[in-house]
Amino acid sequence: MSSKPATLFDKVWDSHVVRKIEDGPDVFFIDRHFIHEVTSPVAFLGLEQRGLTVMFPGKTFATADHNTPTINQHLPVQDPLSANQLKALETNSGKYGISHWGLGNPKNGIVHVVGPENGITQPGMTVVCGDSHTSTHGAFGAIAFGIGTSEVEMVLSSQCIMQPKPKKMRISVNGRLGKAVTPKDVVLYIISKLTAAGATGYFVEYAGDVFEQMSMEGRMTVCNMSIEMGARGGIIAPDETTFAYIKGKDKAPKGEAWDTALAYWKTLKTDDDASFDREYHFDASDIEPMITFGTNPGMGMGISNRIPVSEEAGSGKSSYEKSLDYMGFREEESMLGKKVDYVFIGSCTNGRIEDFRAFASIIKGRKKADHVTAWIVPGSHVVEQQIKEEGILDLLLDAGFQLRQPGCSACLAMNDDKIPAGKYAVSTSNRNFEGRQGPGARTMLASPLVAAAAAVTGVVTDPRELIAEEKV
Amino acid sequence: MAYDKFTVLKSTAVPMPIENVDTDQIIPARFLKATERKGFGDNLFRDWRYNNDNTPKKDFVLNNPLYTGKILVGGKNFGSGSSREHAAWAIYDYGFRCVVSSFFADIFKNNSINVGILPVQVSEIFLDKIFTAIEANPKNEIEINLPEQTITILSTGESESFDINGYKKNNLMNGYDDIDYLQAMKADIRSFAATSLY
Repeated sequence: MSSKPATLFDKVWDSHVVRKIEDGPDVFFIDRHFIHEVTSPVAFLGLEQRGLTVMFPGKTFATADHNTPTINQHLPVQDPLSANQLKALETNSGKYGISHWGLGNPKNGIVHVVGPENGITQPGMTVVCGDSHTSTHGAFGAIAFGIGTSEVEMVLSSQCIMQPKPKKMRISVNGRLGKAVTPKDVVLYIISKLTAAGATGYFVEYAGDVFEQMSMEGRMTVCNMSIEMGARGGIIAPDETTFAYIKGKDKAPKGEAWDTALAYWKTLKTDDDASFDREYHFDASDIEPMITFGTNPGMGMGISNRIPVSEEAGSGKSSYEKSLDYMGFREEESMLGKKVDYVFIGSCTNGRIEDFRAFASIIKGRKKADHVTAWIVPGSHVVEQQIKEEGILDLLLDAGFQLRQPGCSACLAMNDDKIPAGKYAVSTSNRNFEGRQGPGARTMLASPLVAAAAAVTGVVTDPRELIAEEKV
Repeated sequence: MAYDKFTVLKSTAVPMPIENVDTDQIIPARFLKATERKGFGDNLFRDWRYNNDNTPKKDFVLNNPLYTGKILVGGKNFGSGSSREHAAWAIYDYGFRCVVSSFFADIFKNNSINVGILPVQVSEIFLDKIFTAIEANPKNEIEINLPEQTITILSTGESESFDINGYKKNNLMNGYDDIDYLQAMKADIRSFAATSLY
């Protein structure tokens, strides 16, 4: 290790370069590879066509999540194409000796929920998956990012990919977060400031009090959405919160191996004099509960604000108008009081126990609005179990909600959980793109608290109005 | 999967002056259920291209017979969002070999090169000039010269150079790919892996 001041990102990246190619990418070694049913079948087909095999099957983990139903998982999957894709994952994993958590397995769930939950993701690792929200795992001080299927084939066959090293950005948020301001609001705020392309070409380190005081669940929510401002990934220096989360998990190091790992993990932080290509500083007290009004995650605002005019939004006028037109909104309108048809809580962004606790805190003692359809989808069976054990399920049932089974669900609407055309959804997921949650669906991204407030009032509502003062 | 080598491409172009064209627009998730790489071009820009009853939307550029060619010209931040390589497969399968924009999302750019599509990043001013030239006459051709790393509007002679690293350029020009490269250095990878903490 050189004595030159280095960032956390440099330390992890540089220790994984197998070869530097002049005027080309780095040959980059991958410690953990997650695969799911949608982006892996063609990679396995590629292996077969080339006569290759999987080099280190113990470093790849398969789970089914994108294309799975969230009800009646004990029954055969009805859609033949989906069933075929799930079968392919099972067959390919079996053939090459890869761990497979298929539908019905108690470890099954969304890849970016189950990886950390089982201690597979650890500080200092490189983690990839054919899914852009792999950035989630950066919460542990790992370099984690999404890859394409050609790269999935590279990792399977050689445990490496070819990547140019991204530039480095640091985003610091300091100060005290206000009432009902959650990690989701922090990241939606950052994206609204930087725009949906503001961090393209960069890898982001999140720093400052706000992240230091955040739970692992919160850090995962933040890192998860790094891709929504174009960043390849986000990373947060591991600390006692990280170590406490990992310790004792199924795949975490044990005994002497734990001590060795811990000693190394403690060195994983940005040196004082290290430099970044770009830095941003934000004040925690400027952040409100957020909601998006457009068709990319950069089009977000504080829930009490008015929809900006295109000149303020820093986007091309015609694209901006197309976006508002799709949503059925106008410049300078307030979002408060807008009718909500669907509420979705779940996804790799907000499908962890802390998110359901937050949702329940507002639901408690209230009823679901009659016209709202709510899909409450845990990120994994472990989360589902926690929801039951903590009494959250009883609370949900009392309020007129139902709990579904784990999976990506309405976040990308690959299964039957599709928002109908023209309908409005407040969603705790990560993308409000046109048609993302179903053809013609209109998505407003928000935190679990904002989602809960919408679910009980049936309109876009500031959650601060529903939280008693003593709960602050 | 093998792709056609890329050297010099002279073609008319299809203009799509929309910003933030994300991969959910390029190919919606419900069309990602295949286990083989076949037929994705049919669903390229599905929801912009077709009505719910599968009739073509007349005002969408791919349904306008005036605009054809192997070059797709998009607005700023093309290919954002999901890492689905299916987006690049759909573009390739439809018949495009090159996408031009003033800004590309990272994963899409990587995926494109890996499947044999050249992403050409130009200045916003030059991008506007391309849109103007196509608007003036959809038959106006664009020339992409990979060895020289230049893009030229043939009707006006205006030209700009573009960046690509030497390794990837060599791959595209010769039809090489990363998987073969990595296979050839497996001994090094094996010794590297032996020292890994994980």
